[in-house]
Amino acid sequence: MIQEHQHLYEALSKVDGYIFPNEIELNWSILIVLYPYITGLVAGAFILASLERVFNVKALKPIYVISLLTALAFMLTATMPLISHLGHPGRFYELMITPHFSSAMAIFGFVYLWYLMVVLLLELWFDYRKDIVIWSKEKKGLLKYFYKALTLGVTDISPEAVKWDEKLGYIVTVIGIPSAFLLHGYVGFIFGSVKANPWWSSVSMPVIFLFSAMVSGIALVMFVYFAINYFRKKVVDMLCLDTIAKYLFYILIIDFTLEALDQIHRIYEAEESFEIISMLVSGKLIFTLGIMQVLLGTIVPLLALGLFQLYKPKDIVRKWTYFIVSILVLIGIFFMRWNVVIGGQLFSKSFYGFTSFKLSLIGQEGLLMAIVWIIVPFLILWALLLLFPPWKKVEVED
Amino acid sequence: MELEYKNKKTRRDFFKAAGIFTGGVLFATLLKPYKSLAYKLHEGETSNVWYGIGIDIEKCIGCGRCANACKNENDVPREPFYFRNWVEQYTIKNDGEVIVESPNGGIDGFTQSIPDEDIYKSFFVPKLCNHCYKSPCEQVCPVGATYRSPEGIILVDEEYCIGCRYCVQACPYGCRFIHPKKKVASKCTYCYHRVKKGLNPACMDACPTGARIFGNLRDKSGPLAEFLKEHNCHVLKPHLNTGSKLYYNGLNMEVK
Repeated sequence: MIQEHQHLYEALSKVDGYIFPNEIELNWSILIVLYPYITGLVAGAFILASLERVFNVKALKPIYVISLLTALAFMLTATMPLISHLGHPGRFYELMITPHFSSAMAIFGFVYLWYLMVVLLLELWFDYRKDIVIWSKEKKGLLKYFYKALTLGVTDISPEAVKWDEKLGYIVTVIGIPSAFLLHGYVGFIFGSVKANPWWSSVSMPVIFLFSAMVSGIALVMFVYFAINYFRKKVVDMLCLDTIAKYLFYILIIDFTLEALDQIHRIYEAEESFEIISMLVSGKLIFTLGIMQVLLGTIVPLLALGLFQLYKPKDIVRKWTYFIVSILVLIGIFFMRWNVVIGGQLFSKSFYGFTSFKLSLIGQEGLLMAIVWIIVPFLILWALLLLFPPWKKVEVED
Repeated sequence: MELEYKNKKTRRDFFKAAGIFTGGVLFATLLKPYKSLAYKLHEGETSNVWYGIGIDIEKCIGCGRCANACKNENDVPREPFYFRNWVEQYTIKNDGEVIVESPNGGIDGFTQSIPDEDIYKSFFVPKLCNHCYKSPCEQVCPVGATYRSPEGIILVDEEYCIGCRYCVQACPYGCRFIHPKKKVASKCTYCYHRVKKGLNPACMDACPTGARIFGNLRDKSGPLAEFLKEHNCHVLKPHLNTGSKLYYNGLNMEVK
């Protein structure tokens, strides 16, 4: 029995001050860090794509379809960390068939399905329909049947029909923007609505989650765009990159302002939980919050991107800076999720002490498992890019 | 040209089929919650039993028998980090420092590590589920596995709980844990199996000083109602408005 609870006995020896006995175990571990991280990437990538389509930002054309495919690849993985962390993963369907509507979590399945089926898949389908019909005729063997199935029996590619695809796709994108906001704002609400936890309970949580989602999604698309061009041995479109960077800069400013505001508000109001939270921030979270999230993940990218708004060095310098910035931002937002999810569980609800968290390497909630869930969406994206190469799409006149 | 297109299936057909399918799934999904809604309408709102617990802090001697009895009665894992019921020892030093301890939930008793001359005051506080009327754990359960019995007792359906741990996060009092074997949420049930037979919860019977008063809040002449009438009682974290039904007499502000 002792063997089974070894890690908890170990944690018991590392408690500072007093915590409620049941608080030794961190209930949400790295998989629940990944869950808002991945859904955020989806929402962010989608919003970037819709900039091109709805707001007609022409410079973003090269990444429009890439953003959508990236969003889809991550969306397909989004539920996996969530389901695999359940005590009874086999019962997850209860969420869908008997949802308890007063729970913020109960609606996740519906928000997810709405976003996946109605927004992402539909938009991509309208976007690719003509190509799929053409490929279903050109390709041989199994692939032929694969594309044929994807036409869903709609093989009409007359100019009028394609025009309608465009129109309907546009409508879906317009619906998609508030849906993306809903998806991630809602994920923020899951945490923000827990009144028992003063580190989470904040009305600004959904908005902060939303903007950090956009930041991470934009950085991800930037990274993916670099990777695709590297593997295809193509030159990146600098105008496109500069435009992405500009949006990343502005949204990063909003995100940083909102988070700073939230913290300033906490510090100034200094409620009952203030002492324990300030100890948390200046102690257990100093590395993940101070260094990783704020310094490397926010301030350095802000300075670099801000500088480029005023002064434009050579393409090669900008290119490499963008590449590094995209990685820094991705890491920074990962640690933002970490600080919310893990940070919120490190202090006791008695406000008298701290527990500790040790990430194990193996096991269902281990580091390796988390790495798997980060790699899987990239593999899916790779497969999607092979099956639906954006560079082989037939150009449709606007 | 036109004829050729007519023979092909149109988008309209596809949307029709998709619409029927989605509608069907949605309808099936909607039926089930209505079932529970209908049940809720008939739920014992008229029940004349509404249980709560009063605790007289001055009577608690920190023997930990309640915590032990609870573990025995409810098959709570013996490890010192799974408790449905535990006792905390508060020591307030002359310099204002507050020291809280609960070694093994108080089951093995307490020792005082602070020298007598440094102690301003010291007392014991037994903790258990507050069986909140507006309970956050019930609110956040995504499948409704946590529910309130007609008698006002918050229970978990172990066959139904998916083990998402949201309720553990939502409980402000640290009263829930995930059962290491069953992988579902576990918590105090007021010994529902005993209460249903007209017995007291195990912790009540184990208390040697009568520091715990279990009773029906709607019975105005009952022991709990009497206790609440005679004493000025407080609940934990009242600002969270959870509708706690765990009333403490002589609760110090240091207790969270």
